[in-house]
Amino acid sequence: MARYIRHAACFCTLLLVALLVNAARVQVVQARTHGENPANRRETIARYGRERGDILVGGRPVTGSRDTEEQLRYERTYTDGPLYAPVTGFASQEYGTSFLEHTEDSVLSGSDPLLTPFPLWNDFTRSRNPGGNVVTTLNRAAQKAAFRGLGGRKGAVAAVEPATGRVLALASSPSYDPAALSGNDPRVGRAWARLNGDVDKPMLNRAVRQTYPPGSTFKVVTAAAALDAGVIKDVDAPTDSPEPYTLPGTTTSLTNESEGCEDLSLREAFRWSCNTVFAKLGVKVGVRHMTATARAFGFNDNALRIPFSVARSTFDPTVDKAQLALSSIGQYNTRATPLQMAMVSAAVANGGQIRTPYLVERTTTDDGDTVATAGSRPVRQAMYPATAARLKELMAQVVTEGTGTNAAIPGAVVGGKTGTAQHGIGNSGTPYAWFVSWAQGERDMEPKVAVAVVVEDASAVRGDITGGGVAAPIARAVMEAVLDSRY
Amino acid sequence: MTKAGTTVAPAETSAPSVRLPRRRGIELALIVLAVLLSVYGYCAVGLAKNGSVPPDAAGYGAGLGVLALIAHGAVRLRAPYADPLLLPIGVLLNGLGLVLIYRLDLETPGDRAAPTQLVWSTVGITLFIVVVLMLRDHRVLQRYAYVCVAAALALLTLPILFPSVNGARIWIRIAGFSIQPGEFAKVLLAVFFAAYLATNRNALAFAGRRLWGLQLPTGRVLGPLLTIWLISVGVLVLERDLGTSLLFFGLFVVLLYVATGLTGWIALGLLLAAVGAFAVGWLEPHVHIRVEDWLHPFASIEAGQGPNQLAQSLFAFAAGGVLGTGLGLGHSILIGFAAKSDFILATAGEELGLAGLAAIFLLYALLVERGYRAGLALRDPFGRLLAIGLASIVALQVFVIAGGVGGLIPLTGMAMPFLAQGGSSVVTNWAIVALLIRVSDSARDQYDGKETP
Repeated sequence: MARYIRHAACFCTLLLVALLVNAARVQVVQARTHGENPANRRETIARYGRERGDILVGGRPVTGSRDTEEQLRYERTYTDGPLYAPVTGFASQEYGTSFLEHTEDSVLSGSDPLLTPFPLWNDFTRSRNPGGNVVTTLNRAAQKAAFRGLGGRKGAVAAVEPATGRVLALASSPSYDPAALSGNDPRVGRAWARLNGDVDKPMLNRAVRQTYPPGSTFKVVTAAAALDAGVIKDVDAPTDSPEPYTLPGTTTSLTNESEGCEDLSLREAFRWSCNTVFAKLGVKVGVRHMTATARAFGFNDNALRIPFSVARSTFDPTVDKAQLALSSIGQYNTRATPLQMAMVSAAVANGGQIRTPYLVERTTTDDGDTVATAGSRPVRQAMYPATAARLKELMAQVVTEGTGTNAAIPGAVVGGKTGTAQHGIGNSGTPYAWFVSWAQGERDMEPKVAVAVVVEDASAVRGDITGGGVAAPIARAVMEAVLDSRY
Repeated sequence: MTKAGTTVAPAETSAPSVRLPRRRGIELALIVLAVLLSVYGYCAVGLAKNGSVPPDAAGYGAGLGVLALIAHGAVRLRAPYADPLLLPIGVLLNGLGLVLIYRLDLETPGDRAAPTQLVWSTVGITLFIVVVLMLRDHRVLQRYAYVCVAAALALLTLPILFPSVNGARIWIRIAGFSIQPGEFAKVLLAVFFAAYLATNRNALAFAGRRLWGLQLPTGRVLGPLLTIWLISVGVLVLERDLGTSLLFFGLFVVLLYVATGLTGWIALGLLLAAVGAFAVGWLEPHVHIRVEDWLHPFASIEAGQGPNQLAQSLFAFAAGGVLGTGLGLGHSILIGFAAKSDFILATAGEELGLAGLAAIFLLYALLVERGYRAGLALRDPFGRLLAIGLASIVALQVFVIAGGVGGLIPLTGMAMPFLAQGGSSVVTNWAIVALLIRVSDSARDQYDGKETP
């Protein structure tokens, strides 16, 4: 019998070996596959198991974390949520993340391998890093001035530092509080439905994700193309411009808001924003050169990230002459984001060079050690430096004695360009009020800020909606805020 | 009692020169270690979940320690030659089970299973003490073989009269207590099988005709085998209890093989089992679902219904990896309602890792090995078969449940010995350890001067 007992013991050993092999199979071989299964809640629980890192503006966090002691433990909180929503986006247990919360998620949630003290440290200790912080380039005062200036009207403001490309303000209105989307109770679902159903689209980031016809502000680009191509050699020489201007190949006449534009010089036409002069100028420059200049300023670029993606601003290269004439004054198919127009203004202020805009200065660990910095950004020559110098002069003149006097700041050099963009079928919609500008304080070596403002207010009296009247004061407030801050 | 005790303790009349070491001191040391390990685990859970040592840690430790020490005293008194590993393994597994159940209690406020489990552990250890003190010689049990099988069948059929719980009809509820009679039936059936086979093994092995090189037994002795097979399948169909029927059948086949050494029997047994399992697996919906889940554990995820319990169990094991998350730091609550009973091993796998799981398997393996060792050393066939039968119950049960929750075989609702929440199970397993103590005492006692090996 002893022999059979030994056989039975062997059988039991076999069962034990099978169990051990199976345990190793599940716990070692398949561990990663199971861990990554989307139905496995552990990754989600771990993700919300510790406080999320913060997004910093001017050295102070604009975000926070609240301990709910639920399974998904920490919820996102926001200080001044609506003010910073176009930058932070939301971080929701239910609906994921957007904008900086999305692009910087690995740092904020602590999953970025760069946050570990030593390589493979976390794999060994099975620990997770505390969430890191994201330091933005935003200027607190400028952001507040921009949002307050919009005052709930539909519109957006983008401001950049011309020499570096740092984004100083990025405001969109109407806005929303991303805190309403934090957590996972039923109120979050209701807030989501309400925000998505709102006709005013408060979750739309108008500064970077919405394109508008830029109207007369696009004349900066047309003027740069004309000067660079040598079509205009002397800004004070009269141009051969009829009024009204019949669009080539059509019977349509183009007129001006102001009178006396006939044969005006580029300087005067820029100051009074003559459509006829610039439409004809665009045709003379030609579609190839106009497109090349627009592209150098950043139009037709799909790839811009700041670090979240920016909608493509367009200048249509397949137009006929009549369409080119309209395109050259910022109508027809020409569309631009407010950030794109701020870049146009910044290029003028920065000697013709465009710095790629960026919003994240650096990322740090939770105790402030730098993990990554923005690094050097690519530079692009949008126009000759001499052309930029001319345009600077022309833009300054618009503020001192043209359509943009509302943007003047005592003791500072300010350049600007107004725009009133018509849109809708047969131009039936309320025009968009534009203003692009830059400013240089009296003790500054170079312009400190370039701004673009668009207001699509539907309630204002139509005659009142001109860039100079509505948008310029907002731009001035933002520029003043930047010039006043010393850091 | 004292007088009777001296008469059954041959050590006092034998020659000291051939006396085997009793090793009771080692047993005591191991018991203390087992209790300390359990208290340590209890404190670790409290520290991980609440940041403080649980206030009742000392009480739990003292309760388990006092019970274990009394049991140890009983062994010293009545089974001085018993294997010194059996009792400490029981204490450690029981203590670890209490830790895991307490840990899962913390996730489900209002459902405090650990105190109940401690009460049942007390009942179990008390039964252990009673068996060790009262049962002087295991051979007495042979006389009650038919009483045992009658009681076992009665216990098995009893739950049919009660409503089913979670699809299985294996519980009876009396005055708020729920008892799983199938658990007790296991021990009774092991006694019956051992007795029956010890008596009939020659007839089974050598009588009857030969057919295709296979020695067939006579119908008179073949009858019980078929009866047991039919009962096991019947239990399964009526009570929807795949695990118990598998266990009974496996136990019988193992004992039959050990008793007769006929490989043909095993082949026949496996054939019958395969036919039975196949038929039931396809015809009985409750079992069919289990088989489907085993083959496709993530089908419910793909169907958009979220992970089922088996998938959650696999996720828990995988999350543990090699070293585990640490006690109290896993998320095994995701497994759902059976986390403290059927799926408690998943919590062990997640929080103690492959290392801890392997340690637990090895503890069971050691328990089984000690049972087999006692069986090998014994002289009487009944004692041998009883030891092998009891050890095999533990081995088969561990394999069936651990294989089930680990995705190796289809899932059956069985309780992990000592670890899982469940009164009947804890009490039964303490009875098994008590009987193993008794037979191992006899096994080592035989050599004590009276007989030469």
